[in-house]
Amino acid sequence: MVNTSVTLCGIELTNPVIPASGTFGYGHEFADYYDINILGSLSTKGATREPRFGNPTPRIAECAGGMLNSVGLQNPGVDAVISEELPKLARVFHKPVLANVCGFSVDDYARSAAKLDKVPQVGWLEINISCPNVHSGGMSFGTDPSAAATVTKAVKTVTTKPVFMKLTPNVTDIVSIAKACEDAGADGISLINTLMGMSIDLRTRRPVLANTTGGLSGPAVKPVALRMVYQVYEAVSIPIIGMGGVATAGDVLEFMLAGAAAVEVGAANVADPLACKKIIDNLPAAMTRYGINDLKEIIGGAHHG
Amino acid sequence: MKQTTLMVYKNNPIIGGVYKLLLTGDVSAIERPGQFVELAVPGHFLRRPFSVCDWDRDSVTVVYRTIGGGTKRLAAMMPGEGVNALTGLGNGFDTSVSGDRPLLIAGGSGVPMMLCLAKKLLSEGKTVTAVLGYRTASDIFLADDLRYLGVDVRLTTEDGSAGVRGMVTDAMTDLDYTYFYTCGPEAMFRAVNAAAKTSGQFSLEARMGCGYGACMGCTIETKNGPKRVCKDGPVFTREDLLW
Repeated sequence: MVNTSVTLCGIELTNPVIPASGTFGYGHEFADYYDINILGSLSTKGATREPRFGNPTPRIAECAGGMLNSVGLQNPGVDAVISEELPKLARVFHKPVLANVCGFSVDDYARSAAKLDKVPQVGWLEINISCPNVHSGGMSFGTDPSAAATVTKAVKTVTTKPVFMKLTPNVTDIVSIAKACEDAGADGISLINTLMGMSIDLRTRRPVLANTTGGLSGPAVKPVALRMVYQVYEAVSIPIIGMGGVATAGDVLEFMLAGAAAVEVGAANVADPLACKKIIDNLPAAMTRYGINDLKEIIGGAHHG
Repeated sequence: MKQTTLMVYKNNPIIGGVYKLLLTGDVSAIERPGQFVELAVPGHFLRRPFSVCDWDRDSVTVVYRTIGGGTKRLAAMMPGEGVNALTGLGNGFDTSVSGDRPLLIAGGSGVPMMLCLAKKLLSEGKTVTAVLGYRTASDIFLADDLRYLGVDVRLTTEDGSAGVRGMVTDAMTDLDYTYFYTCGPEAMFRAVNAAAKTSGQFSLEARMGCGYGACMGCTIETKNGPKRVCKDGPVFTREDLLW
């Protein structure tokens, strides 16, 4: 029997597979399809201080090896997430969750984080400073080391739960952002969010997405994500949740070798509602195939001695 | 919803650019007319959503127009090939509120789902009339299939080459009906909403990501807040929608 368990800031996960925020709703929708308690954890759809309808449609465009989205943080607001969505999730999922938070000001992040801090089923906060689809806030906090540090500090002040800062790949130097977050007290780093891109409809000669640009995800981004996890692992000593194009158990192993302590699965959930289940089911066989007995032991294994 | 592998049994053009695809396999998750299936097309990351045209114990029929790379690839699939499918998606039509003389109103790619809806309404002993709108006479498909079932079919074409010249609403004015069901382009919906004398249900089309409520890619604003076309719809009542 191989050991698939990993630990994130002192909380044990039976396996490292976590559906990524925004690709799994609030989780309870998927409980109709399989027992979601097989998941290591799940990252809930990002909550903002006020309810948001999000961007106009079309919000989705397919492209080679993946998809673009510009959903724009549609969510019912942090209060409704706490009073309605998380209780629904608690009925079908009995493990700690990552509560994903986004904001448009430092104060937004702190207020939402303070509210989620009081929810027992929240194991970790995942602070999204990387959404490419909103016009203020979001990614602007994740493209500057000092702004990233400011948000990190503000959130750390209002919570005792471990804080993962979710970073954008749309930067020149992801390592400096990750280090700024660590220095400001972050307990972990999640990376990567989507890569900003676009698609044009040849018939209309206009962008396919109503928002013009969107975030690229899916297998196409995996090499970029792996490279960034690898680089950040060399620079920080806090745990990394790696993500970007994960679609198979082999992908999970690659991210862990690059330095991820756990792995999120995003776009694959949009193509296949059973994607996470298939990855988890296949993980022990993939470990056996590559001679891995204990998953924890391979974290960062791709780095030289 | 169920994920399953269906087998292509037939995949033939019925008019230029429009194909009828018959898939066999486990279709037990399909419960109501107006639901849809999502088919994985080789070489494409996202599945394609198609309304159910008809289904029985072990097969489902979809009728589709080849528009982009995905539908063109689908049109090239041969009998015997497997297709990974999600079946029984969406809420579907509620036929219990139709009264005894429901009207079906459809244009273009909205026509196929009317076949299984008509079957259901007829099986409930109702008298069904359909107004089907096309661009021109050579675009007409499935009208005879509906007539064969016993539906009173009225046709409209934009150029007048068959039936009433104009839009579907030009053939609705003198009809007597208790309720309506409609699917077609947005401009048609607005015209139907302006012309209709009763309540009714609209089946919306949307560019979807997942098709099962996870990604929020197809959300619309309604009188009852934001709704996902794929999961909360695709069928919405006239009273739900913002006009």
